[in-house]
Amino acid sequence: MKFLFRDKRISGLLAVVPANEASFLDEMRNFDFPAHRSLKLKEVMGYDKHRLVQGETCVSDLAVFGLQHLIDRRLLDRDDIDALILVTQSPDHLMPPTSSIIQGRLNLKQDMFCLDINQGCAGFVVGLIEAFLLLEQESIRKVVLINADVLSRRTSPKDRNSFPLIGDAASITVVERDAGGAVIHANLKMDGTRNEALMIPAGGMRMPSTADTAVLEDVGDNNLRAKDHLRMDGSAVFNFVQVEVPPMIDALLAAAGATGDAVDWFLFHQPNRFMLQKLADKMHVPHAKMPSNVVEKFGNSSGVTIPMAVALNLGQRLIAERFRVCFAGFGVGLTWGSMLLSLGAMSFCELIDYPNSSGLQTGG
Amino acid sequence: MTDRIVGLLQEIRPESDFAASRDFLGDGLLDSFDMIALVAALDAVFRVSIEGVDIVPQNFQNLDAIAALLRKYRVAL
Repeated sequence: MKFLFRDKRISGLLAVVPANEASFLDEMRNFDFPAHRSLKLKEVMGYDKHRLVQGETCVSDLAVFGLQHLIDRRLLDRDDIDALILVTQSPDHLMPPTSSIIQGRLNLKQDMFCLDINQGCAGFVVGLIEAFLLLEQESIRKVVLINADVLSRRTSPKDRNSFPLIGDAASITVVERDAGGAVIHANLKMDGTRNEALMIPAGGMRMPSTADTAVLEDVGDNNLRAKDHLRMDGSAVFNFVQVEVPPMIDALLAAAGATGDAVDWFLFHQPNRFMLQKLADKMHVPHAKMPSNVVEKFGNSSGVTIPMAVALNLGQRLIAERFRVCFAGFGVGLTWGSMLLSLGAMSFCELIDYPNSSGLQTGG
Repeated sequence: MTDRIVGLLQEIRPESDFAASRDFLGDGLLDSFDMIALVAALDAVFRVSIEGVDIVPQNFQNLDAIAALLRKYRVAL
């Protein structure tokens, strides 16, 4: 499905990562696995550091902390927020929507639209599309898109397939109207027949969490995981990405009448270094234009890796400079989407730490 | 050349007897992560970039399958 948007822009971006950092070298002992094989994985996949929340820190804690940071510095006026979209797979509760919790904790106005979207690694593209659609309404002038996940809390520390790459994080992206701005192209596809490739089996209505679903099971290759934990069919996901993403980018560029050479940065979701480098090679994109440094330094934080890549690689440059950027996200659903847009003239673009053991942040 | 492939396999899984198996993954000699480590090694040693769509179990089932894959990338074996 193709999308085309006019007169919209990203005016600010903030990434929030827990200050608590873990190292793959320290965690290797959790896996019943020879050290030399773990070290080989570190080298190939880019496993190094990842940021993990502590205790019972939730998505709303990271989001409220980040929004309060912006409000305190007058980078965002709370009364200007007409819509708040939260994209997450790890909500505070099954109900109410976590976007409503964030609205309440910050005492935002009632005359606004709050929406939770259950999406993951394609969630930044999905969220931007939704934000742009909302901005078509006369009453909505500024949308705050929050991508946030704390999936480390639902990932087995004894699952070598998942835990080393998982990272927790949040991002806040301010989207608003921009009369005369460059056209934004996007596309999106979904395939629910492959929905089991990435899932947390227990915890919903189909399989409520019980004592049994919390029991660690041997799932092969010396990995232990419970039904309450994230389950990823790594081979299926890898194949899905390699098959679907390159033609999606070709279609996006064709729709925009652009070539890959005209794109300054390919800021893609970052599951691991190997997968990204294979994508870059297939698309004939220099590795330097498709960074993989987020997953290496912070871990894979689902829909947050793309905005983190923006903050980490471009950061303050986006206040004075402008770049043509291609975003691509792919993951749970399965869902894959991409967007080609001009980034620049932003009010803020930075990455901050959520302090250790700070407990609940009570904004507002 | 087959010896070079065996050498790379044994760097990843020194305990496995690759000459004795026709189904590395089925016999438990390699897992999916080993397959990725092997691709990285093959890319580096033979100066190719094996495409993601070719990183599937059937291309790493045994020495013949790996050799056939490398020939696809015009590696002289």
